[in-house]
Amino acid sequence: MIKKQKRMVFRLTVSGVLFIGALVLEKRSPFAWIFFILAYLWAGYDIPLKAFRNIRGGQVFDENFLMTVATFGAIVVGSLEEAVAVMLFYQIGELFNDYAVNKSRKSIKELMDINPEYANLLSQGVEKQVDPYEVEVGDTIVIRPGERVPLDGVILKGYSSMDTKALTGETMPVEVSEGDCVVSGSINLNGVLEVQTTRLFDDSTVAKILELVENASSRKARAETFITRFARVYTPIVVILALILAIVPPILQGGGWGVWVYRACSFLVVSCPCALVISVPLSFFGGLGAASKNGILLKGSNYLEAMAGLDTVVFDKTGTLTNGRFQVSDVAPVHGTREELLELAALGEYHSNHPIALSVREAYGREIDPARIGSVEEIPGHGICAKVEAGGSWHDLYIGNQKLMERQQVTIDTPSAILGTTLYVADKGEYLGAVVISDTVRQDVPAAIEGLRGEGVRRLVMLTGDKEEVGKIVAEKLGLDQVYGNLLPGDKVSRVESLLDEKPPGRTLAYVGDGINDAPVLARADIGIAMGGIGSDAAVEAADVVIMDDEPSKLVDTIRIARKTMGIVRQNIIFAIGVKVLVLILVALGYASMWAAVFGDVGVSVLAILNAIRALSYKKRQQRGKVFH
Amino acid sequence: MKKIIKLEGLCCANCAAKIEEGVKKLSGVREASLSFMTQRLTIEAEDGQEEAVVEGAKAIAHKIEPEAEFKVLR
Repeated sequence: MIKKQKRMVFRLTVSGVLFIGALVLEKRSPFAWIFFILAYLWAGYDIPLKAFRNIRGGQVFDENFLMTVATFGAIVVGSLEEAVAVMLFYQIGELFNDYAVNKSRKSIKELMDINPEYANLLSQGVEKQVDPYEVEVGDTIVIRPGERVPLDGVILKGYSSMDTKALTGETMPVEVSEGDCVVSGSINLNGVLEVQTTRLFDDSTVAKILELVENASSRKARAETFITRFARVYTPIVVILALILAIVPPILQGGGWGVWVYRACSFLVVSCPCALVISVPLSFFGGLGAASKNGILLKGSNYLEAMAGLDTVVFDKTGTLTNGRFQVSDVAPVHGTREELLELAALGEYHSNHPIALSVREAYGREIDPARIGSVEEIPGHGICAKVEAGGSWHDLYIGNQKLMERQQVTIDTPSAILGTTLYVADKGEYLGAVVISDTVRQDVPAAIEGLRGEGVRRLVMLTGDKEEVGKIVAEKLGLDQVYGNLLPGDKVSRVESLLDEKPPGRTLAYVGDGINDAPVLARADIGIAMGGIGSDAAVEAADVVIMDDEPSKLVDTIRIARKTMGIVRQNIIFAIGVKVLVLILVALGYASMWAAVFGDVGVSVLAILNAIRALSYKKRQQRGKVFH
Repeated sequence: MKKIIKLEGLCCANCAAKIEEGVKKLSGVREASLSFMTQRLTIEAEDGQEEAVVEGAKAIAHKIEPEAEFKVLR
């Protein structure tokens, strides 16, 4: 609690004691009014002063003014007890507001406390602590266990595990060693690392994330604008009604001023807009906080609103649903074992840097002795011809596509794989077999698809620049509704546009990509979602929602957080307006006293705030994902 | 040019809405947004009018919420 709040607690306690004393004395002593007045002053002497100051500044209908008029009115018509209660509870409500807002601001700040304070710069063997801003690209920095990585870079020396929880929400540490990249904002857990920086602080991951989070609140949800607009008309209307209530009935009835002024004052108590207005941004703030705790960054509360009404999800295939990394998925030898064929292929591809060659060598996995490879000839558009030593003799290997086999007049007796690329291997004229290399589906994807369906997403579409047949196989395996293949980046935009036209009104479409080359599509969709935001500026810049790691199932978490937040916002709006209107009606008819009005103001605001705080907590549900092979 | 201002001690959500509304109406302001929760006022100002806009915003903020401290961050 801050100092101002502590002082207020003291004031309100004194006022409360005086108020109780006054209530006890009321029936027994003629001097009870002194206690009431003292209680009133202790609780709210500053309110009339503020009202006066603000009127001079040109601000008439603020809450200080409304409270002053309401309580003065109550005192004039002899309802001292109510006047004190209104002031006391109003201040308690304000204090509670203040406390809750500060608390919530603080918890978000802690959550986003990823800003590194210093960097240990190593120059000419001497280490110096400097501001991360002062480090240039290519400098060497030292990161000790327990320290936060100040700038993005590559490890020169050392190995360690990194805690990336603050960035991705992932609790499992990541093992890193020489040559690996480290991301600013993560924490070095156990080893000393020497890192060569690859970016300036301003361009580093941590700076980009902080900027995104801090700007998030400037894009407001419709519900937020609605409530402030509502407040703008609500207060004047209630004040005018109060005036009418105070003047018209007594004139018509020819008297009874006290009763009607009392009712009018009760109106003023309910007319305060702050309670109504505060709970909505507080809920959204909590929702954004809950999301970032899970490694999901949203660029505004409007995107929470949009995520809650998700109807269509469009996925980019490569890098989103699939790893975008080629792996050997099948080895089909004619005779002999798979290992033998893979070994021959790896030997033949030893000197090549083509991604396919790399994945063949990776699949083989063992050291290769360069002495086993003789002359290698590349046949452009076909493959390679290599002399290699295996099983004690030298072979003339031909490794490549169908065209190469045709050229060598080798008969292929393996059906070609539709998914991925097939490498055929022949020893001179003898066909040995085939190695299939293909992209693999991300582990987390099936669970994500199931979760999205469970959350009522109607349509799941995949777009790909690949061949349509390839896309179809992946889509069928995953249970997607539609696939569009052979797309150029521009085609993706027009596809998304036609999908946007097809969705029901009021629902939204999200495009999920990896943020590379798909900025126009990300911008065109209602919600552009980028996966693997960590370390990718392009993704962070172009998307509306950034999922920091590579888990598509975070989409499901985002929807759940969004729905929960929107639910809370709706409950608060309906509850607050409902209670206020009900209290106004009851008061006007004389069925409720000023005490009810106090509940209509303070009670509602406290309950709405307590409800809003719920938005900050989100428990991840266990996924029941099927495993695909 | 984008100006970012922190209103420290902003404690009334309705006042925040009023300040935002007021700043939006200032001449030279293309877009303005005040987040009550982060206490950040972001103003997209016309080039060359940044200073006048910030001054105007300061006056509005002071009038509506005199307790809040007006700090220009960027």
